[in-house]
Amino acid sequence: MDPIRESLLKKSRQSKVERLGKLVSFCCITLIVLIVLAIFYFVASRGLATFFHDKVNLIDFLTKDVWNPSVKDARGLPEVGALPMIVGSFLVTILSALVATPFAVGGAIFMTEISPRRGMQILKPVTELLVGIPSVVYGFIGLSVVVPFVRGIFGGTGFGILAGTFVLFVMILPTVTSMSVDALQAVPRYYREASLALGATRWQTIYKVVLRSATPGILTAIVFGMARAFGEALAVQMVIGNAALMPHNLVSPASTLTSVLTMGIGNTIMGSLQNNVLWSLALLLLLMSLVFNLLIRFIGRKGALKK
Amino acid sequence: MATIIETNDTHLYYGKKEALKGISMAFTANEITALIGPSGCGKSTLLRTLNRMNDLIPNVTITGKITLNGQDIYAPEMDIVELRKEVGMVFQQPNPFPFSVYDNVVYGLRLAGIRDKRQLDEAVETSLKAASVWEETKDVLHQSALALSGGQQQRVCIARVLAVKPDVILLDEPTSALDPISSSKIETMLLTLKKDYSIILVTHNMQQAGRISDRTAFFLDGRLVEYTNTTKFFTNPSKQESEDYISGRFG
Repeated sequence: MDPIRESLLKKSRQSKVERLGKLVSFCCITLIVLIVLAIFYFVASRGLATFFHDKVNLIDFLTKDVWNPSVKDARGLPEVGALPMIVGSFLVTILSALVATPFAVGGAIFMTEISPRRGMQILKPVTELLVGIPSVVYGFIGLSVVVPFVRGIFGGTGFGILAGTFVLFVMILPTVTSMSVDALQAVPRYYREASLALGATRWQTIYKVVLRSATPGILTAIVFGMARAFGEALAVQMVIGNAALMPHNLVSPASTLTSVLTMGIGNTIMGSLQNNVLWSLALLLLLMSLVFNLLIRFIGRKGALKK
Repeated sequence: MATIIETNDTHLYYGKKEALKGISMAFTANEITALIGPSGCGKSTLLRTLNRMNDLIPNVTITGKITLNGQDIYAPEMDIVELRKEVGMVFQQPNPFPFSVYDNVVYGLRLAGIRDKRQLDEAVETSLKAASVWEETKDVLHQSALALSGGQQQRVCIARVLAVKPDVILLDEPTSALDPISSSKIETMLLTLKKDYSIILVTHNMQQAGRISDRTAFFLDGRLVEYTNTTKFFTNPSKQESEDYISGRFG
């Protein structure tokens, strides 16, 4: 055979490396997909057992407000109304996002528009550092500073939704800020120039052009912060009071899905109803984080279409 | 002919680098003045000093005097916002905001606090007509300006400037990103606009300068080499560098 033909038909070293690379990356992604599916399967099989095996009514689970898994009610069914925790989770999430958003967006504006040099060199690294602080530290500070502070002003124990909101506010602030900074930085410079050249002041440019163009990105940042707040367990559990009661005000002890989970999961027997309902709460959390993720993608896509 | 803008020994430094080396020239009202020259010769820099867009860049020092209708625009008491309303600017890349065509055009008016719907509608129609893009946009006024073609976007950007009713319009290579047909539409439009506005145009395209401008200023290396009547410049330039440039010997 002539040598050119031979070398064309033989697999070259490069093409073998190419195949190997494909194989390695395919294995990695398979592992990730398998882990995710396994988690979903595990949580779902345990969580659904409450409804199929222990015959708890799904509607009751979501709407009843008495949480006492070891006691049976008049109909002989366990009292597992998760509404207090659901309400608690949503309250701390929404309240902390409401409090954090203005500060985060304001801080982001300062870092990108007002003082970009200091913002990028000092402030952004500092906020990103805050993201990395372990949640137990936030919880501990909440316990020793926020709770006494709330107690001093509103009376009561100081534990409750309000303390949880404050702690989560501090926890999600860096996340929302640094993502808002990214959103504002993504606004092209020529929008700002065009606005200034039309006789806009810097502030008019910021709120009429920059913020408006960055809205999808900022919304994504807020939802990201909410997802983090919703899933935060330890810090919230340390300051919320952990009473599985319907919260009647912001300063009475309450609980969230995550705080009940962390308190209870080690103290129940695998396979028992008490354990299964905790898995049902975990399933609820998983589904909610899925919803937050979809929301982020939806906002991102809508923002992309506008451009 | 009345002078509208005058620069007097204007120097501009980016840090230590001198980008404009003493420019003294007068721009005549209701004419099109073309600034030409090779890349990096300072023509765009000069344009951006005329509405103080260079203020946005850190480490820029400007010396000398620039006056608009006799008023020193670098005087400390000068209101930069008012200046930019008088001296509008169109950029090289079409840069409409990611809003509707309508919102783009009325942007400057809304900044000025005009809320009256009828007044805004009227301004949109006259500005888009003056920028000869009304026929193409009248049915899509409330759709995103980013859906338009590049040439249409650039004319919407011009309409956006016209709506503010400036005295002077600065154009920084407004057609260099556009196809020849869109370019010629913009050139025709500029010729009709000059009876109401003073137009200063930076261009890389010498034919364009020759076709539409009344006066041509040729820059080289931060200096004004020659500034004269366009016909004279292209037929009988008085400087050797000008002749070399227009005959394509460099640049």
